[in-house]
Amino acid sequence: MNAPINIAGLLKKTKAVFRFNGGVHPPENKAQSTQRPIGQLALPEKLVLPLRQHIGNIPKIKVAIGDHVLKGQLIAEAEGTVSAAIHAPTSGTITAIADAVIPHPSGLSDRCITITPDGKDSWIERQPQDWRKDELAPLVKSLRLSGIVGLGGATFPTQIKLRSANTAIHTLVINAAECEPYITCDDMLMRERSEEIVLGIKVAKRLLDAENVIIGIEDNKPEAIKAMRMATENTDIQVKVVPTLYPSGDARRLVYLVLGQEVPHNKRSTEVGIQVFNVATVSALYRYFEFGEPALSRVVSMTGNVNQPQNFEVLFGTPLRHLIKAAGGAKRDTSHFIMGGPMMGFNLPSDDVPITKAANCIIAASPTLFEPPPPAMPCIRCARCADACPVSLQPQELYWFAKSDNFEKAQAYNLFDCIECGACSYVCPSDIPLVQYYRYAKSEMIALDKAKEAADIARERNEFRLARIEREKQERAAKHAARAQGAKTADSSEKTTAPNDKQAAIAAAIERAKAQKAAENTEPKNTTHLSNTTKAEIAAIDARRASVGLTETKMTTNEEKQAKITAAIASAKAQKTDANQAANETPIKNDTLAVDTEKQAKIEAAIARAKAAKAEATKPQDKGVQTKPSADAEKQAKIEAAIARAKAAKASALETKEQQAKED
Amino acid sequence: MFKVLLALMPGIAVYAWLFGGGVLITLVLATATALVTEALMLKLRHRPIQPFLSDYSAVITAWLLALAIPPLAPWWLIVVGTAFSIIIAKQLYGGLGYNPFNPAMVGYAVLLISFPVVMTKWPIALSMVETKLNFMDQFHYIFNQTLPANITIDAVTSATPLDYLKTQLKLNQSMEMIQSSPIFGVLGTQGSEYIALAYLAGGLFLWQQRVITWHLPTAFLGGIAVMASFFWAIDASQYANPMFHLFSGASMLGAFFILTDPVSGPTTPKAKLYFAAGAGIITYLIRVYGGYPDGVAFAVIFMNICVPLIDTYTQPRVFGHEK
Repeated sequence: MNAPINIAGLLKKTKAVFRFNGGVHPPENKAQSTQRPIGQLALPEKLVLPLRQHIGNIPKIKVAIGDHVLKGQLIAEAEGTVSAAIHAPTSGTITAIADAVIPHPSGLSDRCITITPDGKDSWIERQPQDWRKDELAPLVKSLRLSGIVGLGGATFPTQIKLRSANTAIHTLVINAAECEPYITCDDMLMRERSEEIVLGIKVAKRLLDAENVIIGIEDNKPEAIKAMRMATENTDIQVKVVPTLYPSGDARRLVYLVLGQEVPHNKRSTEVGIQVFNVATVSALYRYFEFGEPALSRVVSMTGNVNQPQNFEVLFGTPLRHLIKAAGGAKRDTSHFIMGGPMMGFNLPSDDVPITKAANCIIAASPTLFEPPPPAMPCIRCARCADACPVSLQPQELYWFAKSDNFEKAQAYNLFDCIECGACSYVCPSDIPLVQYYRYAKSEMIALDKAKEAADIARERNEFRLARIEREKQERAAKHAARAQGAKTADSSEKTTAPNDKQAAIAAAIERAKAQKAAENTEPKNTTHLSNTTKAEIAAIDARRASVGLTETKMTTNEEKQAKITAAIASAKAQKTDANQAANETPIKNDTLAVDTEKQAKIEAAIARAKAAKAEATKPQDKGVQTKPSADAEKQAKIEAAIARAKAAKASALETKEQQAKED
Repeated sequence: MFKVLLALMPGIAVYAWLFGGGVLITLVLATATALVTEALMLKLRHRPIQPFLSDYSAVITAWLLALAIPPLAPWWLIVVGTAFSIIIAKQLYGGLGYNPFNPAMVGYAVLLISFPVVMTKWPIALSMVETKLNFMDQFHYIFNQTLPANITIDAVTSATPLDYLKTQLKLNQSMEMIQSSPIFGVLGTQGSEYIALAYLAGGLFLWQQRVITWHLPTAFLGGIAVMASFFWAIDASQYANPMFHLFSGASMLGAFFILTDPVSGPTTPKAKLYFAAGAGIITYLIRVYGGYPDGVAFAVIFMNICVPLIDTYTQPRVFGHEK
């Protein structure tokens, strides 16, 4: 591990920036929302706080309806290793704990806590900590109560990133690239609160015991650069200006830009001694330790088709509608709202959703701002996508493999290194929604993996059962033999033992047959007490089968749609139940499992995103200009099916585990 | 793809100016045939017609073929060739994006093999003949094979220098003698060397516009140049100089317009270099040792076969992966 430290040491003073392959220059559209300072919002009438605002386990609710809570009071505590707490953003009364629509690409409802503010905004007693002097371990541990997650959009619980890792962190990279168009919340934060950010960097630096700190800012934010340069004067923090090139804000790309070091594809940056934090995250860290303020709000860019685009400090749980109103209202031709940037963001189901920790930007979209993409044409292998790919993948080949379900090849061409940044789709002259093909292939491959895993578990279970039956048989035989031995004392003839033995063997055979029969019966019987999850899966699978089968026999689009909807609902339900199950399971899980959960959550998010994006992509294609609408529908059905399969596999795996535990 | 057509225009203009308007007739015939056959095939295949016709891919195929065959060839030649290119070499393979071979070159190869005599009768530059064919003469010749009474076809056509060179060398003529023939120009062929220069200009425009990258043309011309220099250095009396090879035949048209067909070509930068260099070397070998005067079409088709293989072995290193 010496090499990277030395390299980093050498580079510390260099001004050099290392260009990665490709990247694109979408129109920035950042000026609109930087004309006004960060605005404050009036308290909304209600705050709706989804439990799922981060990557990882759903936190445990600590309040009940009717409770009065104070500002900063913990209302849901982190559960399991990867999880984040939730606090009351203002004082008020808990008026509901129920499902509500959350800002998620799936458009699903999820458990939310609703607070009706009392207007007093009175704080709970805050407990500042001396982050400069206090012992490290308790400081890091206390972060579990902070509710702070990565505010760049990844929403990974920050306490995990600050735990002492196996590898020492030598360099802390602060992500201030903000490369996606429209988003300006980090820009404005740096302009207005650079001192706070620098203090936050110092907090993170101390907690990580990092040697070097580099702030990476894209050169389209001159004012932020100036502010950060001023604030970092007389410190050993280096501000590095990187060229404006999407996706420079991707963590691995940024690390390469500022350090010239590629994080190996199969490792996390921490494994090579580099940690990456977003500017807003370090700022939150500072406020937590210095003032004892947990994560209650964030800066959100409200931009696009609104009358007064602006950044606002928004309490978590604030209804989007409230924010839109503050930005002068949406213009008349607004069609929908996008959360995140136009490259990687997703469409919100309604303007009723609350602002969450992940919401860095809300864009009001209109047909003029975001023209619907023209129908896709065939790939002509021009390889513009390969030129644009920041990971140096061959998107044209991956597209071909994904389209033909050639997953083995897709994997060989490193599909899983794809960061889904959308640069390829952006440059494609044939307007092919490439990323959606990759998401489809990824989810399909994950589903296949899961299915295989489930099959392995089932096989193991069966082997165990056979072994048990064998053991029981032997035990019974031994018992019979012992009894026969007892009888023998009365009957001195040894011959009687033989029929006894035979009888035992017969009994064993009968027993075996019974067991076998029972085993055969178990499968259908099991369906009666299947969990809701599995039932949903079955419904989803049936729906898929129906849709696929009927597509072949020229099913009407309405029926098809209906089938899809059923499948979607089923998988949605399943997803939720899954999540609950995961939450219930976590206490016994160790760290490695926690990482799995994180991955799972990511996958779920990806699938949901894929679904949303796909749904959108298929819309224009349905108009019939694309060559084979039926083929697309089929693919769509396949995707749904893949997701359903994945869920089913997971649910069955979980259940199997439970049953196995019972059996054991 | 409209820019590709645009980039061909200087070459076409020089062509028409030096050799008469006959080439324009061929171009029109080719374009019409391409559009009609493409539309017909799309209809038969139940595909939307308008978006596929308006992307100009069929027109590019038609133009490349029209520019590759002798401009005074009978009208049915270009019609047959273009129809073959579009129907067999493109649409039967699945249409745009799915054809493994360059359709124009497949059409050319079919014509060259099927109708070798008409395919090797090239007009002499107008400036070199005493009795010039005007546009209407060329029109009548293309459609009726009739010429004005005082002109014979042999007076206005000849073999290409590449062809002439090959046959004369076989007759043991010296290189000096051969190259003193009036059909040889300063760089390559009298007249058509200027067309080649115009193609070069058009190609540079495409490169400047980022429609093509430098890899394919550079490696292709480099392949020809290296081969030609090598043999020329060994025996200048038997092998023509590299400049002659670069500005004769379809070298320039091939480098910038034929090899750069993305569908049937390779995708990775390294693969482009191998592909084009290979095509250049094969082109040279066919010219010097093969049975045909020029070898661009066969070289391209041969290298098209190798594309998947070359692409597979030239995958660039992925970010975060070991070399």
